[in-house]
Amino acid sequence: METAYNLIGAGLIVIGGGIGLGQIGGKAMEAIARQPEAAGKIQTAMIIIGALLEGLAFGALLLGKN
Amino acid sequence: MFRAYLKTAFFALIFIASATAKAQDQMGDYAYDKEIESAGGKINTKAEIDSYIDHHLKDSHDFHLFSYSNDAGERKHVGFPLPVIVWSTDGLKFFMSSEFHHDDDAKVLVNKGDATFTKLHSKIYELENGATQINFDESHHPTNAHRVFDMSITKSVFGLILIGVFMLLIFGGLAKQYKNKNIATGFGRVLEPLVIYVRDEIARPNIGEHKYRKFMGYLLTVFFLIWIGNLLGLTPFGFNITGQIAVTVCLALFTFFIVQFSANKDYWLHIFWMPGVPVLMKIALIPIELIGLLTKPFSLLVRLFANITAGHVVVMGLIALMITLKEQFGVVGSTGLSLFLTLFLSVIELLVAFLQAFIFTMLSALFIGMAVAEHDHPEHAGAAEDDIDEVRERFV
Repeated sequence: METAYNLIGAGLIVIGGGIGLGQIGGKAMEAIARQPEAAGKIQTAMIIIGALLEGLAFGALLLGKN
Repeated sequence: MFRAYLKTAFFALIFIASATAKAQDQMGDYAYDKEIESAGGKINTKAEIDSYIDHHLKDSHDFHLFSYSNDAGERKHVGFPLPVIVWSTDGLKFFMSSEFHHDDDAKVLVNKGDATFTKLHSKIYELENGATQINFDESHHPTNAHRVFDMSITKSVFGLILIGVFMLLIFGGLAKQYKNKNIATGFGRVLEPLVIYVRDEIARPNIGEHKYRKFMGYLLTVFFLIWIGNLLGLTPFGFNITGQIAVTVCLALFTFFIVQFSANKDYWLHIFWMPGVPVLMKIALIPIELIGLLTKPFSLLVRLFANITAGHVVVMGLIALMITLKEQFGVVGSTGLSLFLTLFLSVIELLVAFLQAFIFTMLSALFIGMAVAEHDHPEHAGAAEDDIDEVRERFV
């Protein structure tokens, strides 16, 4: 039973991470389309936020694994 | 200076080479793995694949490249052993891991002086006095053996030494070129843009123009260590250095202590007495900020560890496709599919290898930058309850 809860939790984490990454990526695309000259800066900021989100999602997955 | 580095590297190389060469003599008599042997010398089932992947992710006492069965049905392993250095009840012991004969289930016993060692699940145990065979309780824990203090040169330690020697050589060379010719030549031309990239894209914007120089040494070291470590993980030697949680914990601790010891008084003020908020809020914020201190390095270490581990698991899983899909697609089809998918994933892993090194360095720089930032705004300058009204009037 606990395994089932773990799996559901892992699924929820992945859904949440997916929504977050989608938001970040989508908004970054919009921003680059509006201001192509700032593409480099936007990309860096995007990667940092993506990494922070990823750290959170991986942390939750790791804690949920056991 | 460079000459000194070179000497160190030379002796390290000689040590490693002699240790491995000595061990290679003993390689012929590797015993074979009974469990895989019983399956006709092949890894066939899902459980075997799982244990194979698990074994790869863990650190081990030898390099195992591949195994095969010869015509006589004997199981042969190809790889090379590493030195085992343990502190037992009989003092310091040094021997090669080949003496365990590839055993990982505590079947082979190694006698050294008064101490008897055996290897169980990549961990070295010392048998209690007089014991001639290891006994287990119901949950498969040994009852008459205990763990020893293990200082062995394991696969990851060997990899780290390799990276260290490599970095000393290439960056020592680069420094020598700057000293002698004032310009980078040869391989130095590959390194120079990377060093400049770390300086101009990571250190300068995040730490600030005046303070970044002091931290360049750490940032460059950690960047190249993680990057080369990640790339080594993509070679067929089966390194998994940055996928060991001990390694990432250590790196994150470095960042943590550098941040704490280089922090200025504004940083501590923001933790213990946040300016610009009511007193009750200041007290409520203290525990939150203290937890924030710890979550930063924690997220750093988990991100690197989990990313590399996930990458390795997926690559190994795709390689295992050639076994699991053998029935459906035939040998050629499944191998081709596995090769095709693994190739593409490896290209992505090359990107991830760089990205994780970049992210770790970038976030380290960001945390250091937050700790050394100068605050000259009125609402940050100390006891600021009166100032906040002023600011509010100005903006609202």
